Amino acid sequence: MDTITLTIDGKKVQGERGQTILEVALKNGIDIPYLCYHPKISKTGACRVCLVRINGTMLKASCVEPIVEGMDVVTEDEEIVKIRKFVLELLLSDGDHNCLYCEANAACEFQALIQRYNIQEVKPSPTRIPKEIDYESSNALRRNENRCILCGRCVKACREIQVSNVWSFAERGSETHLVADDGKKIGESSCVKCGTCAQLCPTGAIKFQTVIGRGANWELTSIPSICIYCGVGCKIDFYKNRSNILVKAMGNYTGPNNGHLCVKGRFGFDFVHSEKRLKKPLIKKNNVFEEAEWDEALDLVAKKLSEIKEKYGSDSIAALSSAKCTNEENYIMQKFMRSVIGTNNIDHCARL
Amino acid sequence: MTNSIREIPISQGFLVIGSNTTENHPVIGSMIKNEVINKGKKLIVVDPRRIELARYADYYFQIRPGTNIAILNGFMHVLIKEDLYDKEYVKNRCEGFDAMAEVLKKYTPEYVAEICGIDNPQDIVAAARLMAGLKPMALYYSMGITQFVSGVNGVKSTANLQMLLGNVGVAGGGVNPLRGQNNVQGACDMGALPVSYPAYQPVASEENKAKFESAWGVTSLSTKPGLTILEMFNHAIAGNIKAIYAMGENPVMSDPNQHHVIEALKSLEFFVVQDIFLTETAQFAHVVLPARSFLEKEGTVTNTERRVQLMHKVLPPVGEAKDDWWMVQEVANRMGANWNYKKAEDIFEEIRKVTPSYAGITYERADYTLVQWPCPSQDHPGTQFLHKDKFSRGLGLFTPIDYTPPAEEADFEYPMVLTTGRILDHFHTGTMTRKSKVLDENVPEGFVEINPNDAQNYNIENGEVISVSTRRGSIRIKARVTDKIKPNTVFIPFHFFEACANVLTNDALDPACKIPEYKVCACRIEKIQA
Repeated sequence: MDTITLTIDGKKVQGERGQTILEVALKNGIDIPYLCYHPKISKTGACRVCLVRINGTMLKASCVEPIVEGMDVVTEDEEIVKIRKFVLELLLSDGDHNCLYCEANAACEFQALIQRYNIQEVKPSPTRIPKEIDYESSNALRRNENRCILCGRCVKACREIQVSNVWSFAERGSETHLVADDGKKIGESSCVKCGTCAQLCPTGAIKFQTVIGRGANWELTSIPSICIYCGVGCKIDFYKNRSNILVKAMGNYTGPNNGHLCVKGRFGFDFVHSEKRLKKPLIKKNNVFEEAEWDEALDLVAKKLSEIKEKYGSDSIAALSSAKCTNEENYIMQKFMRSVIGTNNIDHCARL
Repeated sequence: MTNSIREIPISQGFLVIGSNTTENHPVIGSMIKNEVINKGKKLIVVDPRRIELARYADYYFQIRPGTNIAILNGFMHVLIKEDLYDKEYVKNRCEGFDAMAEVLKKYTPEYVAEICGIDNPQDIVAAARLMAGLKPMALYYSMGITQFVSGVNGVKSTANLQMLLGNVGVAGGGVNPLRGQNNVQGACDMGALPVSYPAYQPVASEENKAKFESAWGVTSLSTKPGLTILEMFNHAIAGNIKAIYAMGENPVMSDPNQHHVIEALKSLEFFVVQDIFLTETAQFAHVVLPARSFLEKEGTVTNTERRVQLMHKVLPPVGEAKDDWWMVQEVANRMGANWNYKKAEDIFEEIRKVTPSYAGITYERADYTLVQWPCPSQDHPGTQFLHKDKFSRGLGLFTPIDYTPPAEEADFEYPMVLTTGRILDHFHTGTMTRKSKVLDENVPEGFVEINPNDAQNYNIENGEVISVSTRRGSIRIKARVTDKIKPNTVFIPFHFFEACANVLTNDALDPACKIPEYKVCACRIEKIQA
């Protein structure tokens, strides 16, 4: 691998041939603002927010500019700030960005840059066209295209990560807008609801239906865990609110899934809050389940198993362990059957 | 999996056989699609259903259910006949080639096409030639290879092919079974199997018996292999099994021949269930203990690529629900044991001591790094792919395997073939997904896929409720008319208790590993007269 040394903001840093200035900067903890760039999709170079100055002269979009030996990069100066403000103001004037009504509020990359560059309210662009609002057609995703900044992350998420090619841009210039399939509503399209577009969307243009009414972004806490469904073992950041209700599931970028999720991993967890969850031990008496205290239930299980072991022998007892339980739980179950009951009658649904 | 998910970009091509990857392992399915659609990698798909991946395949074979071995033998026949196999690899790293080649002689493309119901035998030749040029090619399979009475032979056939192509023990190659549950790999690794202690150490061995007696401080561990799930139920009906302790399993829905399972559970003297819901199975229990869901507990799980990961407690427990391990420990101590595990990690530390492949894995490594077993020590990086340089047994063994028909074939009385499986929006017995709003709304009810030709013959409309029967039972279910399924074949997902596929399925077992033949049985479809 070719190592290249360059200078960013006076600091000597190293990268590999083929990497861009933005990638090397981010890796070295140097902050360059960006909107259309995302590490999990191919480079776009559309938003121009990541402009940097190279060798004291030309301005380049750092997200698509490859590093060169000896390059001297300045990430921000007076002119760059002015250009960034101008770009952000243009984006702002072309949409309807009222954070009060937006579920992305406080988790919006665009909002963060507007505040970072102290942009004040701008007049709507004369060419601005009101765009599609679709809060209804899909039970998974909600859209307000007036918040779209045409960064193209959703299009690439669907093309390169989920590879369903649902999203694309239609028309040109100020009429450019997002379409699902050949112009269908998202709920009627071929979308499989993996939600990757919403996870990558830097504004509130595509969001999850499930977040509505469950708390503002700053009230949420996230804890990573592993999906309960298939064997891929996707790592997921689970967001919950102050009442311990799950709000959303976001793919974690360090897991085997590399940030991606499927519809089950994205939307399949509200069963944990189901009213039907068991909350107390149950003992069947006269063919009807009755709630019991833990000691009563555990004593009964131990007594019954001991009696049966005594009367019919260890091999008259069997256990079903579970591919839904942890390693620790499976280990304990087989240890129990082997060392306490005295049988190898233990299996689980590996074949089923 | 012999190999790793992150090697998908290294593979030059993929053979996907008996796996509807985009629905059942969607994240891996998308990774394969990305390579094929966006990067021009090659794809060969073998499946009785025209699954999504078939659309992007260079060659797609819509075989009759239960004929995997025939087509794999067909590919190998061509590779040997045309001298396209990896001779260097076969010579240096494998044994048993001649015996296998002898058996393969009769699997000409024409003979195979006849067995599998493929129109054009030349496609088998072309696909085999394509495979020979893909260095490396990864083979992915799932229950569409294993859930047959010839399941073990099916798996060996996939290994035969990949060894013949020199694709085992190389990055981007491998024989890659996709595991269907988030910890089915771990449950097997932990010895939740009737024949082995953790890390597949056989229970029949006196040496292992002594080892675990010393580790657990007990005497007289049994060296007699135990019963598999379906054998347990047979023995329950026969009166030999008197009690079953079930932790988080729902055999009434998941096991074949539901009536038989229910009969078995009813004949028990004592049945205890630990679960998060009062499942179809828990209804038959004498005692039900409320368990914590995966979001309410800590512990490790092992994914399909042998990667051990740590689950965190995200939510507080519901009601008085407890950890499954806590319940088992409480019962054990009431029966004379003296266990004192305070948290899941205490158990994991014991696992490391008795499970050589997990010895080097700690909670910290599982949480923050990528670690795959075998990982014998803490300074070992873990194992990205197996059988590098040499196979676990030394030389890779080719097994001569003949195609054998399924246990039950279509006949006059039951003229159609039923195959079962999962769909994207639901999981296994539906216990969780059917209680998740978005998923339940997406697919609220079961269905049977029927080819338009068959629908016409039986005068069945799309969406019409019809009857599907086998020798074991009969259900009513909505017809979904689609050319996704091969003529004379129907497909039913098994997630839906009110139209339960496993009322119908055959509990015939593979003689070696006791896997039931979910993927094929004879059935009859009938219009319901108004």
